[in-house]
Amino acid sequence: MVASIVSYGLGIGCIYALIGITYNVMFSASRVFSFTAGTLGMLGGVLGSLFITRLGMPVAAGFVLTLAACALLGVLTEIVAVRPVLKSLEQHLYVLSTLALALMIQQFTAIEWSTEPQPFPRLLGIARGGFDQQFWLPMLACVVVIVGLELLYRHTLVGRAFLAISEDSYAARALGLPERTLRMASFALAGVIGALAGFAGGEMLLAFFANAPTLTFYGFVPVALGGMGNNRGAVVAGLLLGLFQQAANFLVGGIFASVAVFSMFIIVLLVRPEGLAGAAGERRV
Amino acid sequence: MIDISTARLQSTRAAAFGPASTIGAALPFLLLLVIGVTVPLFAGGYWGLIATRACVYWVLVSGLNLVVGFAGQIAIGWVALLTLGAYTTSVLVAGNVTPPFPPYVALAVAGVVGAIFGVIIGLPALRLRTFYFAITTLGFATIVTQVALAWQSVTGGGVGVPGPILPEPFSSAWGFYYFCFGLAAICTWMTANVAASRFGRALTAIRDAEVAAQACGIAKPALLVTVFLFSGALAAVAGGLFAVLQSYITPDAFTFDLSLLFFIAILIGGRGSVLGPLLGTILLTFLPEFAAPLVAWSTFLYAVLLLVIVLAVPGGIAEMLDFRNRRPLESNRAIVPRPDLLGRVLDANPDAGTLTLEQVTVSFGGVRAIDGLDLAIRPRQVHGLIGPNGSGKTTVLNVISGYYAPQAGAANLNGVALPAGARHNRAHRRIARTFQTPRLIGAASVLHNVMIGGTIHGRGSFVEVLLSLPRHRRDEAALHEQAMLALTTVGLEQLAPVRADRLPHSELRFVEIARALMLRPAFLLLDEPAAGLSPEEVRRLGALIVAIAQQGAGVLLVEHHADLIFDICDHVTVLNLGRILAAGTPTEIRSHPEVVNAYLGR
Repeated sequence: MVASIVSYGLGIGCIYALIGITYNVMFSASRVFSFTAGTLGMLGGVLGSLFITRLGMPVAAGFVLTLAACALLGVLTEIVAVRPVLKSLEQHLYVLSTLALALMIQQFTAIEWSTEPQPFPRLLGIARGGFDQQFWLPMLACVVVIVGLELLYRHTLVGRAFLAISEDSYAARALGLPERTLRMASFALAGVIGALAGFAGGEMLLAFFANAPTLTFYGFVPVALGGMGNNRGAVVAGLLLGLFQQAANFLVGGIFASVAVFSMFIIVLLVRPEGLAGAAGERRV
Repeated sequence: MIDISTARLQSTRAAAFGPASTIGAALPFLLLLVIGVTVPLFAGGYWGLIATRACVYWVLVSGLNLVVGFAGQIAIGWVALLTLGAYTTSVLVAGNVTPPFPPYVALAVAGVVGAIFGVIIGLPALRLRTFYFAITTLGFATIVTQVALAWQSVTGGGVGVPGPILPEPFSSAWGFYYFCFGLAAICTWMTANVAASRFGRALTAIRDAEVAAQACGIAKPALLVTVFLFSGALAAVAGGLFAVLQSYITPDAFTFDLSLLFFIAILIGGRGSVLGPLLGTILLTFLPEFAAPLVAWSTFLYAVLLLVIVLAVPGGIAEMLDFRNRRPLESNRAIVPRPDLLGRVLDANPDAGTLTLEQVTVSFGGVRAIDGLDLAIRPRQVHGLIGPNGSGKTTVLNVISGYYAPQAGAANLNGVALPAGARHNRAHRRIARTFQTPRLIGAASVLHNVMIGGTIHGRGSFVEVLLSLPRHRRDEAALHEQAMLALTTVGLEQLAPVRADRLPHSELRFVEIARALMLRPAFLLLDEPAAGLSPEEVRRLGALIVAIAQQGAGVLLVEHHADLIFDICDHVTVLNLGRILAAGTPTEIRSHPEVVNAYLGR
């Protein structure tokens, strides 16, 4: 039982962590939390199932197409729901505009795809059993994303430009950085990461439209607990969340596990609003 | 003299809020009341069902409107409270856990349960950022449905429970309609009372100018908890009615789409309005009936609508109906303050002692913004604070108002330290302030903005406000009169009914001073009040500040405008890099060699 808690917990925890990183990548570029983070994860599963199972494409082609479609959706999010409301950031209109877009995508999927969970294909042709691919694929995806982001941010010019934008977008613009292009690129990157989460976790989550709100909520928990914009914090908090949730699932049953997670989330945030790893920011008056 | 000014006040008051405009504002509600009462005469049974549903929704939305439209909290999961109310009522009436309750008692219990859970859902809003709160309400909505599904022994799980039936005369379809309609009308009346009260204004202040709200003595936690209690109770009662209407409830009945409908109804209607969201609710309830082929797409269309509203008409229906604020303003206005009226605005002798800073040090990271500063603000004096940018002037103000906690030293009032952080307490100690960039509620009228300054003088409780009891009405009349007087004193009484965001910067500065005067301050802190004013306006501002000090208040004036400082101050402190470069009378400062060198120039 412990083995099963751990493998389920780590697998689902990595998916939550990846959605958390999706939030963070968009947040760093725009100071906006977008409700589309979970939607991207949901689409990773639905599009993967669409391309591979329903349309019969090879796994590699389906994978690339899924990521590309979600990258495009990321850019669309930036153009439709983020850019127009950036001017009045303090009015929090982005909460509404990204919520609207997320719901549109979710409802469209429910009507045009299915309102029932659909099977997701097995990605690798190896025998089922033991520590199965459905658990280690999300972990692999998580490691790849973390290492990839580290390399990008620390060792490439584009990555440093991303960091400059997230530290101080005015100063970055004054230095001549193309802020708008970089922001669109960040949203495309977030689309890829969100899709990767849903695709790698497809076998656990299935291709189901209602994964969108679930992932939007559970993916935000690592962000809130790990500290905004802190990817390492998100991974640690995501893994802990996955383990906690699975343990509660086995011990007290699924529904009350959700209640436990929710209560934990609220209590931690009320005690430490800046997250377990975050630092409180000064507000300017 | 007094007689003339009183007469003038009354005439402007009539112009701003004459009987005609009161009737004009009530007319749409009366029209809806007439339509609502006569619905059974011209509509068939099916439309009665839809009208009943609109009334039930409005009972919830009217309360949620205070949370979303007025306080600006993005509560997207309010369907959770509807669910809670529906199950509480049904389970209590069915008696499968307790002895059966009579339906009305069950509804009342549901209201209490809803109030408690309203606060529980609302608690995160007191500490967390907007998005966090939105997410927690979303999470709560998900969980309540899951619990309803899983807790089979009580809720019947996926099979559900029968809804209650109200006793005669409300058991028939039209009887139940009138019951819901009556309740909806009462809710409209109560929330309209709140909207037009100091509570409603304080909520919009929290939404649009939180810092200024605190400086006016508005305690956000207490206010929001009150509103969450009320809103939660209404939502749960609506849930009980919803259960009656459905006659059988399962968790499927409470989809997230419903939550979205409530939320969007408010945004379509417009934030800070009661009529707008009411029209929005009616519109969204009836619209699907006219577009039957699109029912499957209704949530999608709501989402599209939400996006369009946010991007294109953030003001909603209410702004479209606001004809008064589209009339052009008189173009060659002048601000002519009337310092002679100050005797009626301020208390005759508010001698509150001396406000001192002792050895105060504030650093941000490695930078010392102020470093061991001593300062004393005495009654009847204007104390000028000047210095180059970054010398720590505004930081001094923020220490006194409680925004920054000094690492060493303290701000004292008569030797008693002002608690750091308790920002809204400053108003109770009669310390008022203005801001470098005016912080006003753009969507509210100038008069309402000024009235916010007097929030702490109100005595009527929230319940008295809901029911519009006499003490509340006296509060409002007094606040209204005081605000008109304060506006006349700063010279802006003609602009009382105008939306604040239509005024230019210079006028907003005077509105802020009028708001500060509403506190009848013993100490007035002004942060660069002359910035952006014309030379004539600066002169009038100077005369006004001097008159305020003559009434007995201690004024701290932070300014760059050296002439103004030297003209009106009794005492001047020059700051440089967080330390005092010089202090003394204007004459001493003017000839102080270091000040002349560093700051004034030869």
